[in-house]
Amino acid sequence: MESQVGLIEQSFHSSYSFCVREALVELPDNFTITDPCMSGHPIVFASHGFLKMTGYTETEVIGQNGRIFQGPGTSRRSVMEIREAIREERAIQIHLLNYRKDGTPFWMLFHMCPVFNKEDGRVIHFVGVQVPILRKPRRLGSGSGRNGVDLCEEGSTGMHDVVYGSCRREVCSDSLLELDHVLARESPVDTTNRGCAYAGFEIEEPCEASDMEKRRAVTAINNILSVLTHYSELTGKLVCGKRCSLSGVGLPSSSLNISLGRIKQSFVLIDPYLPDMPVVYASDAFLKLTGYARHEVLGHNYRFLSGLDTDSLTLCQIKESIKMERACTVRILNYRKDRSSFWNILHMSPVRNASGKIAYFVGVQTEEACKKQEEHEMSPEMRQLSAVGAVKVAVRSSSMAAGSSRS
Amino acid sequence: MLSIRRVPTVVSNYQKDEGEEGARRAGGCGRNCLNNCCLPGAKLPLYAFKKLNKAVSDVNLDVHENREPPVAFLDSLLLGEWEDRMQRGLFRYDVTACETKVIPGEYGFIAQLNEGRHLKKRPTEFRVDKVLQPFDGNKFNFTKVGQEEVLFQFEASEDGEVQFFPNAPIDAEHSPSVVAINVSPIEYGHVLLIPRLFERLPQRIDHESFLLALNMAVEAGNPYFRLGYNSLGAFATINHLHFQAYYLAVPFPIEKAPTKKIIKLDGGVKVSELLNYPVRGLVFEGGNTVDHLSNAVSDACICLQSNNIPYNVLISDCGRRVFLLPQCYAEKQALGEVSAELLDTQVNPAVWEISGHMVLKRRKDYEEASEGNAWRLLAEVSLSKERFQEVNALIFEAITSGDNGSGNAHGGQDPESHTHEKVDAIKKSSHPTMVAGTQECLVLQ
Ligand SMILES: Cc1cc2nc3c(=O)[nH]c(=O)nc-3n(C[C@H](O)[C@H](O)[C@H](O)COP(=O)(O)O)c2cc1C
Repeated sequence: MESQVGLIEQSFHSSYSFCVREALVELPDNFTITDPCMSGHPIVFASHGFLKMTGYTETEVIGQNGRIFQGPGTSRRSVMEIREAIREERAIQIHLLNYRKDGTPFWMLFHMCPVFNKEDGRVIHFVGVQVPILRKPRRLGSGSGRNGVDLCEEGSTGMHDVVYGSCRREVCSDSLLELDHVLARESPVDTTNRGCAYAGFEIEEPCEASDMEKRRAVTAINNILSVLTHYSELTGKLVCGKRCSLSGVGLPSSSLNISLGRIKQSFVLIDPYLPDMPVVYASDAFLKLTGYARHEVLGHNYRFLSGLDTDSLTLCQIKESIKMERACTVRILNYRKDRSSFWNILHMSPVRNASGKIAYFVGVQTEEACKKQEEHEMSPEMRQLSAVGAVKVAVRSSSMAAGSSRS
Repeated sequence: MLSIRRVPTVVSNYQKDEGEEGARRAGGCGRNCLNNCCLPGAKLPLYAFKKLNKAVSDVNLDVHENREPPVAFLDSLLLGEWEDRMQRGLFRYDVTACETKVIPGEYGFIAQLNEGRHLKKRPTEFRVDKVLQPFDGNKFNFTKVGQEEVLFQFEASEDGEVQFFPNAPIDAEHSPSVVAINVSPIEYGHVLLIPRLFERLPQRIDHESFLLALNMAVEAGNPYFRLGYNSLGAFATINHLHFQAYYLAVPFPIEKAPTKKIIKLDGGVKVSELLNYPVRGLVFEGGNTVDHLSNAVSDACICLQSNNIPYNVLISDCGRRVFLLPQCYAEKQALGEVSAELLDTQVNPAVWEISGHMVLKRRKDYEEASEGNAWRLLAEVSLSKERFQEVNALIFEAITSGDNGSGNAHGGQDPESHTHEKVDAIKKSSHPTMVAGTQECLVLQ
């Protein structure tokens, strides 16, 4: 975890000047900031309001993915919509049922948007604002919202309210309203197990935020963005809420970054079309294995891992299989940043995008000394191949979408 | 008899054209198959999953206990073994070299151009008016595939913990369930889950097998790894019980469709109806445990089977949502009610197509693919509104009667009988064409 904490600090301070935290803490809203380039897409900042609303401490939340606040009553369709908004690097405003640490559910209006690097147009963070919704019965006709606003799962007809909703609502709307007031006052309701206490209870019925709540979410997002923009000016790495230039040449989109970040092994992607075939993606495990920082690796040819005693024939073999567009496995002597050497079992394979063309080569590294296989483990060879498979799926799928930034 | 002619999909390198098969089979076949001749001493990885006594949605709560999420083991195993077979050249083509795109539009239908999948195979006749047909050992079945096409054995762990054995013997007595490659993949990782392989079960859902398939989705833990099932008469081509699965990291249109809740069952399973989707269908989700969800869906499938209604099933969102779609396309096709224009595309609307992933064989269709075209095709697959209501009535009777969801009450035997008779009467009166027994009809593609 130690290194994760370091990476989180770095994630934040590589883009913004030091005082950004103080400025964010001043903001009264409930919000979180996440880093899509880190493995697992973790939360790197959580506001006081957010922690108070959910009942978690800061250390319990930082480093986690936002999905830990979901539970059995959370609409899976809404979760999918958030997943896709992240993949497509766009903003979304949606109603979502979340759970506090003590297991009590609450409705909120979730508004999320990407934060772009002004220079290369890549997404560096996401901001999510969570406005608690004071629950009241939905009125007929108020169903469908603007673009990007969720239709509360059950469709936009409004009919549904009459046919299925009203009778139950008559029965329990009072108690629900009461419950909501309790929830809104942040006093924990005595429930031990999320799901059970509310199973079959109408908390899962869709719920509509008022216009005021929607405006609150937008205002909060704008305030956070202007703080981030302001503090990025000081570092020279400008950020903004709108994509302002084409995506960085050769660098994978943040949606691809998110999928690649789920792959735990040491690997790099190489772009065969750029001059000198530089590394365009390096996994956390690769940085750990080699001791380099990400910025020391990206944009450089893979040969920085070689050294005095590296066999040049092996290097030729690698070049040859890239030329022939074939997979290969070699055993090569590599050097870490501190110049200590290790035997690397390197597996390389071409990776195609959605149009069927080769987009990258993936190189998966296994340190030979670690090769002792436990009886009930997958072989290191199989683990390498599984990383190759996961990379192929990620690259192919992320270049499929009409709106993807790299196709 | 109602039948259609179509080019069967080659799922195994050992699948010969019907007719060739059977004639040329001598003992000790020397091709490393899964029959007695080659089985002794054979080994395969074995993955035993932990049975969950909780809802799938609670799984992510575990992160609190164990901050670093455990490696998605099954996911890695499957991808690794599949990539291995790819590098060994076992597939008929490199599916990652097939062009694919998301069609612009509200739903984002997915089109793939796959010119290689259907080559070199003669059309075969498929009977489409019987959802349940007996297993026929003379036809191609999965005991005939080569061992190299099998990736691993998959079963529930006996001691309740995940277990992995890289080299476990294949014990036919024990009737393992296996995961094998489909040598004509429609996406990366395309595999077949064959429950209790050596029991030679016909294509027919039972509680135990569906639970296995659902567990595979839960265990893989990847929302982009989905399992699908086609019944006979709904474009299954092999009458040996199997589910399919593959990776595609984009949402399927069917997953985006709005839904309307119809009922919440005793075991906590919520059943909804799909809205604004060209194919009418039901969505099952939630449930106090995985078993509750599994039993509700199985009950519904068994009801459809025993009423001779063809259907498709999609298991999505890591086993959290299950889509059930009764269909009638093959029947329409056999009766000559599908337009030549649609037949020309040669798209077989099985579970993946119905879910919005269209595999097209002609470049023209790929280039002209539009949401409108996809919608028109799928609308032909759907039951009419009236028929869907009738079918729903049967399903709801089946899933609300028994003690659905209460765990193991159902066992695996012959769970059909209890719904069979009472619904039969309704069916006969409401949809006479389904029981027309003697009609002969061939559709040539
Ligand atoms: C900035 C940000 C904040 C988020 N906050 C929450 C949250 O408070 N509650 C929640 O349920 N999901 C939240 N999410 C969504 C989840 O992290 C995740 O993206 C979603 O569950 C879909 O992806 P999955 O399929 O990986 O779970 C947030 C996402 C982002 C990018």
